[in-house]
Amino acid sequence: MLSVPAIRFRANLNYFWNFGVLAGAALAIQIITGIVLAMHYAANAGVAFNSVEHIMRDVNAGWFIRYAHMNGASMFFIVVYLHIFRGLYYGSYKAPREMVWLLGVVIFLLMMATAFMGYVLPWGQMSFWGAQVITGFFSAIPLVGEPVREWLLGGFVPDNATLNRFFSLHYLLPFVIAGVIILHIWALHIPGSSNPTGIEVKDEQDTVPFHPYYTAKDGFGVGVFLLVFVALTFFSPNLLGHPDNYIPANSLSTPAHIVPEWYFLPFYAILKAFTFNFLWIDAKLWGVIAMFASIALLFFLPWLDSSPVKSSNYRPLYRIFFWILVADVFLLGFCGMQPAEQPYVILSQLGAMYYFAHFLVILPIVSRIERPLPMPNSITEAVLAKHADTSSDATA
Amino acid sequence: MVRPLGFLVGLGFITALVLAIFTTPLSNEPNVAHEFHKHPRHLKLASDGVVLPHWDQAQLQRGMQVYREVCSACHSLNHVAFRDIADLGYTEGQIKTFAKGFQVPSINPDTGEPATRDGLPSDYFPSPYANETAARAANNNALPPDLSLITKAREGGKDYVYSLLTGYQNPPANLPAELKPGTGLHYNPYFANLNLAMAPPLKDGQVTFADGKPSTVKQMATDVSAFLVWTAEPKLIKRIQVGYAVFGFLLIFTVLTYLSYRNIWADKKH
Repeated sequence: MLSVPAIRFRANLNYFWNFGVLAGAALAIQIITGIVLAMHYAANAGVAFNSVEHIMRDVNAGWFIRYAHMNGASMFFIVVYLHIFRGLYYGSYKAPREMVWLLGVVIFLLMMATAFMGYVLPWGQMSFWGAQVITGFFSAIPLVGEPVREWLLGGFVPDNATLNRFFSLHYLLPFVIAGVIILHIWALHIPGSSNPTGIEVKDEQDTVPFHPYYTAKDGFGVGVFLLVFVALTFFSPNLLGHPDNYIPANSLSTPAHIVPEWYFLPFYAILKAFTFNFLWIDAKLWGVIAMFASIALLFFLPWLDSSPVKSSNYRPLYRIFFWILVADVFLLGFCGMQPAEQPYVILSQLGAMYYFAHFLVILPIVSRIERPLPMPNSITEAVLAKHADTSSDATA
Repeated sequence: MVRPLGFLVGLGFITALVLAIFTTPLSNEPNVAHEFHKHPRHLKLASDGVVLPHWDQAQLQRGMQVYREVCSACHSLNHVAFRDIADLGYTEGQIKTFAKGFQVPSINPDTGEPATRDGLPSDYFPSPYANETAARAANNNALPPDLSLITKAREGGKDYVYSLLTGYQNPPANLPAELKPGTGLHYNPYFANLNLAMAPPLKDGQVTFADGKPSTVKQMATDVSAFLVWTAEPKLIKRIQVGYAVFGFLLIFTVLTYLSYRNIWADKKH
């Protein structure tokens, strides 16, 4: 048994440091509910839709397991997005934690693949047409695109072969994610966790034992997480879904608006923003390249940002751009939901422009010209200074 | 190396987007159908919301009668079994009698030839047509959708179903010619493209309710919408009731974890 009290953590972690544990909890819930669902689900294009309805109606508590799994995916993405933005704000990707960040991006990519393939399994209209659109990205690649797409689908359109391989991979990938999470945590425990000041630990005074201090704090975090999860699952389970997925898949009838699940919307907006054949690359291929690039650029983030200061609390200029990025991602998400009409097209074009400018142009320049605020000498000093502030406020 | 290369890649994407902005027209193609399209009207039911919702069994029974006497002429209800209608307040005996009133496909046990037999509680509501081709042949090439999940499978849910059933009207005078209903189509502003193949299905006094409710179009549309909310999710009320218990339990759990967290950190400045 690992001696938990031996692990010491920074004494000043705020609630944003809960989201790693919450993501782990979300994965555990997905794996448990998923294994139970697989006992009742049938991965065959002829009966998949009906088997999901069978789970909803006839399996004991099947409706609960299925809704928990469906909303569990959304909860997983919510906490992972907060975890990622925590990392962006507090510079958690910087040396000596580059490997932690890189493995995190790998987990994110695996999650996206898993979520996409899981969404195909109920074999509703959005499942089918989502599979059609997303595998269609590959057909934008010149020469090999179409054969690659057919190879991925096991046919010319999504069909039984597609459904079976997606089921197989959807069951496999969560365990791959669990494996990469072990590496992610391993990589974290070499330098230790980051913290809101971004200052490394100087002595024992800066730390507390993980147990009971952070087990207690994470326990509370898990409680709040489960309250939100339960409210969504029991009181509004279809809030984040799409009605079309309650219509059985039909290759002859295209839905009026094909939209992905909410957690893909910002990337979908980037895909749709490219409407012009520029250089020798056509608009569709630009969109596909840009969409993949918008995630791939996260791999280079530790080297795009050269500022030695980690926490945005001491980075007055970067902090402004960070919040613009947050607003920009929400804007892209909103545009991703909309049909290809104005003003949504120009808004997603402007949004995509800022997204790339933020990471590839603004961030490298800001980290060079910015003058960081004065920083405390140690975590303990920062904590004491904060308390001195609040007590002087109280007396005044 | 990463920063200069990233800078160039960034400029590439930005240039492509700037060109895209300047080459995309800022005005939309006018969509006339949009102007005539109406959003569904709200239908209030006992099963709504999260504050003590319940099934109005009398209403569901009336709704099932409307389905059986009107809708089932064209629409199937594939996911609902006769045994399920126990939720509507029917006894086992009543369900057996009800099921017996349907003929379900079977085989002759002696010859193996296709045959039919009386329905059993374990059977599902039989489809009005043998297959999709037969359904289309009988309906001017339109396919009447299965109704089991209809209130979950349409934007607006029960509101949409209710509005559609009560929303038939004569096309407005200023409707452009290309939007006028063609042969075999009927104008309904709640339908996405304004004209649908289904003729107005409900007429005042069409069914005789056992509980004496007057069978106006509004009443029948309300009742059948309520019934279709139940068929789409028979576990809806149970789900919310279990939700109270789970939420309450977790609320206590969360308060306790918060108090222990505060207690453990009481001696630490952070």
